Amino acid sequence: MTTLRGYWRNFRGEKEVEVVETAVSPLPSTPITQISNLDLDIAPNDLLLAYVQQNPGVLDVDQLKLDSPALAAIRDAGIRLIVPLVSQGELIGLINLGSRLSEQEYSSDDYKLLADLATQAAPALRVAQLVKQQQQEAAERERIEQELKVARLIQQTLLPQDLPALNGWGVSAYYQPARAVGGDFYDFIYFPDGRIGFVVADVTDKGVPAALVMATTRTLLRAAAERLEAPGAVLARTNDVLVQEIPPKMFVTCFYAVLNPATGHLRYANAGHDVPYRYTADGVVELRATGMPLGLMPGMGYDEKEVTLAPGEYVLLYSDGLVEAHNPQREMFGFPRLQELMATHANGDTLKDFLLDQLAAFTGPGWEQEDDVTLVTLQLGERLETGDWRLAEISSLQSPISISPIEFEIPSAPGNERLAMQRVAEVVARLLPAARLEKLKTAVAEATMNAMEHGNKYDPDKPTRLKVLVEETSIRVTITDEGGGPPLKTATHPDLEAKLAGDQSPRGWGLFLIQNMVDELNVRQDAQHHTIELVMFLNES
Amino acid sequence: MAEKTAAFFAKTRWEGETAVLDLHGEINSLAEAALDAAYATAEQGNPVKIVLNFAGVDYINSTGIALIVGLLARARAAHRPIAAAGLSEHYKEIFTITRLSDFMEIQ
Repeated sequence: MTTLRGYWRNFRGEKEVEVVETAVSPLPSTPITQISNLDLDIAPNDLLLAYVQQNPGVLDVDQLKLDSPALAAIRDAGIRLIVPLVSQGELIGLINLGSRLSEQEYSSDDYKLLADLATQAAPALRVAQLVKQQQQEAAERERIEQELKVARLIQQTLLPQDLPALNGWGVSAYYQPARAVGGDFYDFIYFPDGRIGFVVADVTDKGVPAALVMATTRTLLRAAAERLEAPGAVLARTNDVLVQEIPPKMFVTCFYAVLNPATGHLRYANAGHDVPYRYTADGVVELRATGMPLGLMPGMGYDEKEVTLAPGEYVLLYSDGLVEAHNPQREMFGFPRLQELMATHANGDTLKDFLLDQLAAFTGPGWEQEDDVTLVTLQLGERLETGDWRLAEISSLQSPISISPIEFEIPSAPGNERLAMQRVAEVVARLLPAARLEKLKTAVAEATMNAMEHGNKYDPDKPTRLKVLVEETSIRVTITDEGGGPPLKTATHPDLEAKLAGDQSPRGWGLFLIQNMVDELNVRQDAQHHTIELVMFLNES
Repeated sequence: MAEKTAAFFAKTRWEGETAVLDLHGEINSLAEAALDAAYATAEQGNPVKIVLNFAGVDYINSTGIALIVGLLARARAAHRPIAAAGLSEHYKEIFTITRLSDFMEIQ
């Protein structure tokens, strides 16, 4: 009677050794003499292992003179005979036998029987081992597939379902996960004033861990973007929270930009992500800004840059799955190739198809995608070769796109008039010729300075409020302080001679400048507020 | 020598007997000390002419205009010609509107 009592995997030897403990009884009805349970782990350098491999056949334990810990353990377990099970030259198990129940010695017939048994049992055991191994591998594959399904599901759930529909802009996005599902994601964040945030990020690692970090990062970015305006500040805030949440050795590279679709103004910051490219009539340039990846160290600062896109220009945001793809010769697709290809392709909408074709040609057939590939393009329209005007509204100063009134507050503090000036310029930059834009900027700065200094007395608890309204024929900017009471002085022509002679203060230019910079100046006040309204006509004539 | 504030600095150099004040940054109330110091440095060399070079200036507000009026008044008191160079078209227009261009050469 044979019973299978133990199964040990010999990890150190990278071999599986099946130890079958056997008791043989001439009378099946008599109780079997138990040999003690053997927990045998044969070291790869154990002499017994080498011996049984060189000496196939039944071995009498008492006859073996080996300095072998395994042999000592076998003896201690009361084993008298061992029968190596060898399949295709490899030891795959042992049959161990205790003393005969009759207490007689094993006979030569017994030896022959055992040798025959080993010959028969070894391949059968091998087959059983292989079946078991395949079952384990299938279970492992199923587990991995299941994990990939979960990772894909998380990613697909979090990626935007729709592209932003922007008048005059073309936006496209492409995302193709690698089989192992990397941690790429992109996102669009919509702000009430019409601006849009663009995010492209890549989490280190793959599968479910990467997908979970991606979900966390996306949530943190959105939360920071709701509270903070500057892209650099958004990344800094996200980093400070993420660094407490992220598993060790993981981090996230991320490019974040905020577009004002009315002006083409793009502010951006970068946390160690692949540098995006901007296609211009003069060539392809990098949108470079420095910053550490998210989640590595707290307290990081992020460089912030800005550009204003001109009609026909586009920006490509992408992930390393494209540039780090390899061809059969193990060459990388690389940044220079991407830059050169972009330079030949003026249409941002069709860029992704063009680049994917180029990638397929580079990698050749049968390429297994190494990492996620993400591409997001953003193009300000112009007259295309096909002849259709895609940006009739925005490119014409006479027909500006209609945008909702934009309102914001700035703290009343010296120097903050530049913030007001910059923000208004972002909103209306493309609606006015450069010289008139400069005039409006000066008027806004002066009016804001007046409001902060004279109306709000530079009191930080009294914000200065601005509103920009773009109408069919004009731009109206109102600046309101909490001064109230007496009416504002009207602008008088300062007497420069008197000032130079020391008869008048050299100051007192503010209202005079404002009046000379804009087409209309309106002043209102009530008990609590002063409001200055600056009007610029879109059609100067 | 350079006079600095957070967002403004001025450097005085000489072209023969002309002192050129290279101005950089924003001319607002914060620029007053640095601008005065640079002007005083120039005056010590008793120049025949002072040129304010605005090529590095990206913002002048009404307080900045007042500072320039102050410098112009000092130069006129010393019978010293003063000129403005490197102004953008926008600020040239402001110098015209304010009549500063009537009292200083715009180069």
